[in-house]
Amino acid sequence: MTTQKSELIAKDKKIAVPGEILATGMDFLPSNGTYRLSDKILASKLGVLNVDGKVLKIIPVSGRYFPRKGDVIIGKVVDLNFNGWRVNINCAYEAMLSVKDATSDFIRRGENLTKFFDINDYMVTQIINVTSQNLVDLTLKGMGLKKLYGGRIIEINTHKVPRIIGKQGSMVSMIKEATGCKITVGQNGFIWISGPPAGEILAVTVIKKIESESHQSGLTDKIKEYLDKNRVVPKQTTPVQESENDFEQEEPQSDAQSDFSDEQE
Amino acid sequence: MSKDSKTNLIRYLSEEKRFDGRKLDEFRQIEIEYNVSKTAEGSARVKVGETEVIAGIKLEMGKPFPDTPDEGALMVGTELLPLSSPDFEAGPPGIEAIEMARVVDRGLRESKAIDNKKLCVKKGEKVWIISVDICTINNQGNLLDVCGLAAIAALKVAKFPGFDGERVDYKTHTDEPVPLLKIPIPVTVFKLSGKYFVDPTSEEEQEYDSRLTVTTIEDGTICALQKGGDAPITVEDVDNMVSIALRKANEIRKSL
Repeated sequence: MTTQKSELIAKDKKIAVPGEILATGMDFLPSNGTYRLSDKILASKLGVLNVDGKVLKIIPVSGRYFPRKGDVIIGKVVDLNFNGWRVNINCAYEAMLSVKDATSDFIRRGENLTKFFDINDYMVTQIINVTSQNLVDLTLKGMGLKKLYGGRIIEINTHKVPRIIGKQGSMVSMIKEATGCKITVGQNGFIWISGPPAGEILAVTVIKKIESESHQSGLTDKIKEYLDKNRVVPKQTTPVQESENDFEQEEPQSDAQSDFSDEQE
Repeated sequence: MSKDSKTNLIRYLSEEKRFDGRKLDEFRQIEIEYNVSKTAEGSARVKVGETEVIAGIKLEMGKPFPDTPDEGALMVGTELLPLSSPDFEAGPPGIEAIEMARVVDRGLRESKAIDNKKLCVKKGEKVWIISVDICTINNQGNLLDVCGLAAIAALKVAKFPGFDGERVDYKTHTDEPVPLLKIPIPVTVFKLSGKYFVDPTSEEEQEYDSRLTVTTIEDGTICALQKGGDAPITVEDVDNMVSIALRKANEIRKSL
């Protein structure tokens, strides 16, 4: 091994393009969106570079959802197998939900599986495993994981999901409170909304607004103002106030908020 | 689409609301851009919300049909490009594309929108043949109405190419417009559980009991009708749907 000096070439918080050399030397470690080639670290995605100590990571600016173990997502049943269901999880690979991970009920041999899930049914589910071949396994055993009844599903850019949820779920609970809707945000960009039509419409417009304006500063205040102006549910007498001023500076870390088991109703 | 979304749509309609917050008889924003193609004699790009369609007009010289020796001809073709929707496949036109082309064609033909006699160059020998080609760029619902609107928008700006009596020179354009007498506008009215709505998004378009496309001209004359959907409609339904279509067509005509 050469004892070459390690050096950070790309700048922190700046856009990196695929193939760009981010750093040289063995002192830096590649994380999401980067890879090591001989003694260099290169970008594999278009996004903002995040340097956390020695770890280099790229937060993608756009693109499809990529499945990760542990993500809580919303999926749609597209096919039935003899031992489970194939689920569309808004990504290039279809996921598999096997019967043993779906229910703890006793299932007779040859039972009709559509009793549990039929094609086009939606569910909140969690990824338990992603193989190197990108075979995705799902489970329904866990907090808040369930089949979804009624409501609407909308699709947003998966990289904007942390902004929809907000710091400790602040944004989504604000929307829930103003619209009177039940909302579940999946990491894969599917969002389930259920409530009175007027509330659902408001929730959809607000979510689309957040998605398109997420790069602007003061987003939380703006959305709060918009919701107060258009709210469907009258304001509560004791509003919960949280200070969330530093939310905007948080962007590169916002991935950390993505595990949100408390999002379910 | 699942049973859930149908009951959901019915729930919305019963409160006089749509999935995107519009009123039942409200169209999305209409944007029309003229002469988007250099090579076509006339063209238009029409956007209704996120639905986008391009129509182009080509004029060629040809022999008239024997029964109408002094009249030009009209051909309408629709292509549903696979890029515009995951439901569209490449290949020969399917039943949907044929229906769209025929309803647009019927609207233009039966309204006598084009002065066919003026397309005649030499009786029985040479007439202009108008081809209207419609391509879908993005399908977010209500393609038929948007195709009809694009076709008429493109015809409106179409100009004859240069013609020396022998050959058509497509490189030059004359100032002579295609003789357009009327502006037929198709409006499709959908019915689901007793409620009428227009301009559905692709989500809403999945579920309906019946639909009626009504093409009308300025003075309110109906020049084409097309019924679709599994459920039958009553005479009263037809009356209601026609009056909605007539009102919407007059609004849409202003955007041309």
